Amino acid sequence: MSANSGLNSAKAAAALGLHRFGFGPVGDAIAAIAADPRGALLADLERPDAGQIDASNLMSSAKAAREVSDFRAERRAEQKLAARQQQVTESGDGQAAKLPGAESGAPAQKPPLPQQIILSEAKARFDAAANAEIGLVERLVWFWSNHFCVSADKDAAAVGAYEREAIRPYVLGHFVDLLQAVESHPAMLVYLDNVLSMGADSIAGINQDKGLNENLARETLELHTLGVRSGYTQADVTNFAQVLTGWTRLRPEEPVHGGEFVFVRRFHEPGDQIVLGKRYMDTGLDQGRAVLADLARHPATAQHIAEKLARHFVADDPPPALVNKLTKSFLDSEGDLKQVARTLVTAEESWAAPRQRLKPPAEWIAGVIRLTGTEADIPIGRLMNAQVALGAPLWRPPAPNGYSDMEAAWIDGVPRRIDIATEFAGRASRAEPLELLESSLGPLASAQTRETVAHAESRGQALALLVMAPEFLRR
Amino acid sequence: MKLHAPSRRELLLASGALFAWAHLPKIARAEGRDPRFLTIILRGALDGLATVAPVADPDWLALRGDKALTLEGKTPALKLDEFFALNPAMPQLHSMFEASEAIIVHASATPYRERSHFDGQDLLESGLPKPGASESGWLNRALAGLTPAGRVDPRGSKLFAVGPVTPLVVRGPAPVLSWSPQRVLAASEDTVRRLLALYRDCDAKLAGVLEDNSKLVPALEKPGTGQKAVAAGPGQVRAYFAEAAGTAAKFLAQPDGPRVGALALDGWDTHFNEGIAQGRLSQLLGALDNALGTIKANMGAAWRETVAAIVTEFGRTARINGTDGTDHGTATVALLAGGALKGGRVIADWPGLTPADLYQDRDLKPTTDLRAVLKGVLRDHLRADEKALAQIAFPGTETVKPMAGLVA
Repeated sequence: MSANSGLNSAKAAAALGLHRFGFGPVGDAIAAIAADPRGALLADLERPDAGQIDASNLMSSAKAAREVSDFRAERRAEQKLAARQQQVTESGDGQAAKLPGAESGAPAQKPPLPQQIILSEAKARFDAAANAEIGLVERLVWFWSNHFCVSADKDAAAVGAYEREAIRPYVLGHFVDLLQAVESHPAMLVYLDNVLSMGADSIAGINQDKGLNENLARETLELHTLGVRSGYTQADVTNFAQVLTGWTRLRPEEPVHGGEFVFVRRFHEPGDQIVLGKRYMDTGLDQGRAVLADLARHPATAQHIAEKLARHFVADDPPPALVNKLTKSFLDSEGDLKQVARTLVTAEESWAAPRQRLKPPAEWIAGVIRLTGTEADIPIGRLMNAQVALGAPLWRPPAPNGYSDMEAAWIDGVPRRIDIATEFAGRASRAEPLELLESSLGPLASAQTRETVAHAESRGQALALLVMAPEFLRR
Repeated sequence: MKLHAPSRRELLLASGALFAWAHLPKIARAEGRDPRFLTIILRGALDGLATVAPVADPDWLALRGDKALTLEGKTPALKLDEFFALNPAMPQLHSMFEASEAIIVHASATPYRERSHFDGQDLLESGLPKPGASESGWLNRALAGLTPAGRVDPRGSKLFAVGPVTPLVVRGPAPVLSWSPQRVLAASEDTVRRLLALYRDCDAKLAGVLEDNSKLVPALEKPGTGQKAVAAGPGQVRAYFAEAAGTAAKFLAQPDGPRVGALALDGWDTHFNEGIAQGRLSQLLGALDNALGTIKANMGAAWRETVAAIVTEFGRTARINGTDGTDHGTATVALLAGGALKGGRVIADWPGLTPADLYQDRDLKPTTDLRAVLKGVLRDHLRADEKALAQIAFPGTETVKPMAGLVA
């Protein structure tokens, strides 16, 4: 092997790694990590601020809930006042009524508060992806956020903060901590209807003639931990739901702590519960924590998570050897997600799989704005609309199982990506398409792709063709 | 239709490309004139010989064969003078020509002599002799030099550009405001065709998906089918051209609106099934003609003070290639339209079409420097200083004299 071809294959490995495990190379990233692509990915896991984003302008989920509650109350009051004023005017009294402290003049131009919040959160998320050097940890955040998804359709103001509070701090920690954080987060409790679930024999259940909602318990078993058809029964679901009664949030209209997680003993079904053959004493909140801890270390959970990780990062049908390695890594390390990530990026199978995985829409969009450097030029609303157009609206999956990782879910939408590529790439009309091709694909680019990009009729078209090339769409 | 002047806030909110200068033709105004100037960049290289055909050149038919526009046949070209005729897709430009409101400068080119679109567009828009050397365009720098002293009311005269991307020609030191059409033009059929070719070579699955989608394209052109098109068809391109150019005209027409603007229209790279008399180029030229008509209509009374310059990075091969198209060439046409012109003329130092006459035995030979045309308009229409044009707008062009007599 000549020195040149050796360098080329090293660069090809670097480019593959950056697309498969990150958001795609920019600048001279391929050359920079060619000497040791695995080492570069491992180093990404060791950054002191890994997974964190600048949240200085963002509200906590509880504060957001309180502010939105106040915002809605004010709106209702304004409407009521306006109606009253209408009556006053009709009755001939010209004095206009005003909300105390309300400013006169033009009506507010800003979008409603929940929308402002989600736009700021989305901006912070896109910024993190656009500016990440490699983006492995950010990709893990996206993975876990989708695995433990909530939806803006239920509560738009909560989804961004949920990701920052329940996902980001734990993506390189232990799975059990991630699981505890997620299942006790108000956004999840609202999304999967646990806030009003109460034991039929609890104080509140008796007084209100209300009872159980199984949703959170079922999805925790089926989607978040063990996986479907892994052997749990309806009784396990019901009993686990009893365990989780009382896990709710303080009403957002309450000052100071409204919107925060709270365990309400009054809602909690009294007594021991048997889940997966094990008896859990009624220790209140800790009863649920104990079940979650056991679910986190269950072999079925390890297998389920390993499969999903391998599918997301490597292939629709992941190599069984890789799934086994990840499962073993998960069990051996007691769910240490950093160790599992290390296994993922160093396993031979992770690198040997052909570059066939179709990037899901959001990941592809992030790759486009990174490569073209257009992040500052494209309003966040436009980026979110692009995700809608591609069938993957941000933080709004159609069901609790999140967005699919399978090519079949996304390939029919590829033609719609052409318009978005044209629009976004067109904004980077000063970029050198062939330089960007080198930055992005390097030796991975086929001769046909090089030719196609080189012969485009404008820079804009060249960039659109580049990000629509099979080597860029797939990883 | 009433159009309100964009407020500063609206302009800042807009995401596209409208550029405002605080300085404008003071000298012209002192003369009691209020000139408007619009630059339209055609990206992809316009086939000048298919746009304005030298129908009386003895070598014309031999050169282009049955693709040559003539004054006879099913779609006769529109006669301009004893030598040249206009593509039949452009009746409105023809009417302007007959009303002395249009000038065609043939066999013109920038100083660029290679054949890369990217570099060619760089030169066309930067006004510099070398590609990739500039972050600013000649139009911006020409305006910046128009009034050497400080800025006046920023809500006064403005430079203006239309389109989702700010063309290089208007970028530069003079501050810029932008406006973008509401409609985002879908990817062009050309882009889809190029991708399809790539997918067929490299990724059968993607090719299959794109093919399935492309079948919807014809249906898409029929209103009411409700199907999503994968590419912008001729109707959409026509509507986009008209909206972009028409809106620019509405802004420029306002008493206190901008006075100079630019926009770019894509799609002119006709390597394959060019469709000169009928087909792709014909539709594009028709869309451009319609856009010019829209500009005239929307300018209203200001049309008599208007010059629009329609320019492209280079021309195409004189001969038709093996796929009924033309490849990248050299000289082409520049079109000028507007009521301020001393029009009704084709200006050409005609190089001829015999193999020996062609540049490198393949392209129409350039005999007129496009920069001379642009400098002529900037000097005589906007009253730009000739020295500034030679040193700032088009640096190093002291020997390229502004073409005189273009403006009435």
